[in-house]
Amino acid sequence: MMTLKVNGREHQVDAEADTPLLYVLRDDLKLNAAKYGCGLGQCGSCTVIVDGKAVLSCVVPMVLLEGKQVTTLEGLGTIAEPAPIQRAFMEEQAAQCGYCIPGMMMRAQALLQKNSKPTDEQIRAELEPHLCRCGTHMRILRAVHRAARLMDTADVSPAANGSAR
Amino acid sequence: MNAAVIIDRRRVLAGGGALIVSFSLGSALAQQQDAPQAAAPSPPGSLKTSPYLDAWIRIDADGVEVFTGKAELGQGFKTAFQQIAAEELDIAFESLKVTTADTRLTANEGYTAGSNSMKDSGTAIQNAAAQVRALLIAEAARRLGLSAESLRTADGAVIAPDGKRLSYGELVAVDMLHVQAQPDSKLKDPATFKVIGRPVPRVDIPAKVTGGEAYVQDMRLPGMLHARVVRPPSYGAELTECDTAAVGKLPGVVKVVRDGNFLAVVAEKEFQSIKAMNALAAAAKWKETARLPKQDDLVNVLTSLPSQDTTIFERSNAAVAAHRTIEATYTRPYQAHGSIGPSCAVAQFVDGAMTVWTHTQGVYPDRQGIAEMLRMPPANVRLIHVDGSGCYGHNGADDAAADAALIARALPGRPVRVHWTREQEHAWEPYGPAMVTKLKASLDGNGKIADWNFDVWSNTHSMRPGGAGSMLAAQHMAQPFAVPAPRPLPLPEGGGDRNAIPFYNFPNTRVVHHFISAMPLRISAMRALGAYHNVFSIESFIDELAILAGADPVEFRLKHLDDQRGRDVIEKAAQAFGWKPDQKPPPDRGYGFAFARYKNLAAYCAVASEVEVNRETGRPRLVRAAAAVDSGQVVNPDGLINQIEGAIVQSMSWTLYESVTFDDTRITSIDWQTYPILRFSSVPESIEVHIIDRPGQPFLGSGETGQGPAAASIANAVANATGKRLRNLPLTRKRIKEAIDA
Ligand code: FES
Ligand code: FES
Repeated sequence: MMTLKVNGREHQVDAEADTPLLYVLRDDLKLNAAKYGCGLGQCGSCTVIVDGKAVLSCVVPMVLLEGKQVTTLEGLGTIAEPAPIQRAFMEEQAAQCGYCIPGMMMRAQALLQKNSKPTDEQIRAELEPHLCRCGTHMRILRAVHRAARLMDTADVSPAANGSAR
Repeated sequence: MNAAVIIDRRRVLAGGGALIVSFSLGSALAQQQDAPQAAAPSPPGSLKTSPYLDAWIRIDADGVEVFTGKAELGQGFKTAFQQIAAEELDIAFESLKVTTADTRLTANEGYTAGSNSMKDSGTAIQNAAAQVRALLIAEAARRLGLSAESLRTADGAVIAPDGKRLSYGELVAVDMLHVQAQPDSKLKDPATFKVIGRPVPRVDIPAKVTGGEAYVQDMRLPGMLHARVVRPPSYGAELTECDTAAVGKLPGVVKVVRDGNFLAVVAEKEFQSIKAMNALAAAAKWKETARLPKQDDLVNVLTSLPSQDTTIFERSNAAVAAHRTIEATYTRPYQAHGSIGPSCAVAQFVDGAMTVWTHTQGVYPDRQGIAEMLRMPPANVRLIHVDGSGCYGHNGADDAAADAALIARALPGRPVRVHWTREQEHAWEPYGPAMVTKLKASLDGNGKIADWNFDVWSNTHSMRPGGAGSMLAAQHMAQPFAVPAPRPLPLPEGGGDRNAIPFYNFPNTRVVHHFISAMPLRISAMRALGAYHNVFSIESFIDELAILAGADPVEFRLKHLDDQRGRDVIEKAAQAFGWKPDQKPPPDRGYGFAFARYKNLAAYCAVASEVEVNRETGRPRLVRAAAAVDSGQVVNPDGLINQIEGAIVQSMSWTLYESVTFDDTRITSIDWQTYPILRFSSVPESIEVHIIDRPGQPFLGSGETGQGPAAASIANAVANATGKRLRNLPLTRKRIKEAIDA
């Protein structure tokens, strides 16, 4: 039994210590957003935020996360109250099948938390570990730019700030 | 609204108690169908095969529900169908519910493939909705004692001149919509459209960006178990030995399933099933045979296999004489669908009935295959489509569904979820077939094409289920089902010969399809089928001829094309790109152009591109692209743009980077390291998509329209930048470097 802090709540997890975070999130905590894409650290679809940093949850065993804060896409906002990054992806219609999108959003969120005005080059460089097979890249880039603008405005009214809790 | 609806109701009780209502309509703005007007006109789209209106639209007190036999694969057409139904029914978009492919609930529309969903299902829903609305008006007219012409519809109700409203829910009576569709519908005038033609946001995106349960991969049924399959290490490998006892004792393991060469393990938790899979894979001993061809000798491998040769097009005009002749050979390797989410399915076997949740493209054909594999009557097998990761054709979806069904049968009562590993998806999915094309053409004395010869060698482009033998689990069972004999897909759509016939006008033309039945690698349908390579070949060779003629590539194309809609997209793309004859690109850059009408009968697309080539490394980069598309009546312009943007980016990845690799026994491209695809550092600076809308024209679909033109456009730009023509896909950095240095 281990305590895992996810989206601001503590969970008692009964999983084998070597279980990668991805399976704890999906299987034990029933969270959908982090996706299995490769389990090899090659595609980014399992990305979540750990202590402010984007992390590939498929290759991080649960034991290494004791005392750390894990944030998943579910922790940012909801359909009714989307976080800026979620609003931006909806407004740009930045998805085809959408399977790669939650991972992209989490890395973009981590980037925007430390750099609120990234250049196009910085966004591309940051998203390099992520694959999208549908070819939604142009929209993903536009959505991240839009999220940066939205978060900028949201800073004025902190209530609407959907940054990781 | 012109042309009054004249309803002449003759109630006839047909077999099965079906109520047939016939009504004739005035000169309707019916969508013209491609099919010639035969003796007995049939209703349009998929209404031909599923003619009852209530197969498509059901109304009760709770609301209106729309049904489609097609599956949402990330193209966003669920939203488009909802728009179409809202428009023709005169009901709020938000109030509709759309249900997709389910063998218990929806019409049998075969496969969701070939960019046909809008044409088949969109057309059916549009016409069914229009006819349902006419029936509701007729019913209101009867109840109110008013003429139908005096009534109008709005917001889900029929409204009388005095303002009295009768909601659709009030009007509809039992079985009222269980009537057969008429050949013609009184469709709305496109000029009055309120919902069709609008960039309505996709209905599935909010859940997908907030962590909602959006995919079959996200399903969690009560008591669900997790299974993993252990696939053989290579095609035809046989399991000689496997001690399953130790694996059976691992934590959480519920069962090891072995049936011949089919091997799987089931556990309570997902990661337990993965550990058990690894242990089982280590315990399994296989006998393998070296049977794969030489990867580097594709032309010889394919052209020397026995083939069935058909001249699919011939035209001659001896009066036109050839002056200068050139020839060239183009190749495409095996390429992978490479879905980002590996294939997955959930199955449950309860009281002799099997239910499978799957991201298959064809719930009915897949049900057929699974029923045959399990030796069960199809009526006892239900397949329900649930969204999956984009599939781009026939990937592992159907196989995963069969895996889940076979495993679930061994554990009655418990739902079983099977998720393939990345390596399994890469090694076992049916690839897009390798192809070879040989072209030979001449210019006449005036720099026009005098003759054109095109030969294409290819496997079939569809080994989709219909029978059990198409699925891995059934092939690997102790009593295996044989892989069905491949068949070429018939023209006009075609398979290996899709888009092999040039859309241009040449006085002398000969096109030969060499259909190869031997399949050294497992193959099936991949987005655009043969059109990807055929358009790449034709449009590259057209550029070679334009260069020979000293002509501008865009003008050269227009010179050989009569079709006005084709000319329009070419001109639009050229203009949007800023294409000018005799333009000089900056150093190390090149411009390229290409055009096709998908299947020669669907959407038109032209793509202009600018590519940069690093002369030191050979690395190519698509800088920008401008495209024009004519997909008939546009339902959702943003959805259409999204599809074409995606097609260009995806095709760029196929074209510059991708090939399946193998040694004499095993597939060796088994993950994203060994099968690299596009990453963000190579994403273009801009892609512009321009739509030419054709109000009132048939829906043409768009999912597979852009891939061929994008490939050729990029290849032509590489040739323009380097002065070297590359004819073997993919146009890798290494090949470009070698060409520059040669
Ligand atoms: S699933 Fe973690 S990187 Fe691919
Ligand atoms: S949207 Fe389908 S993989 Fe990215």
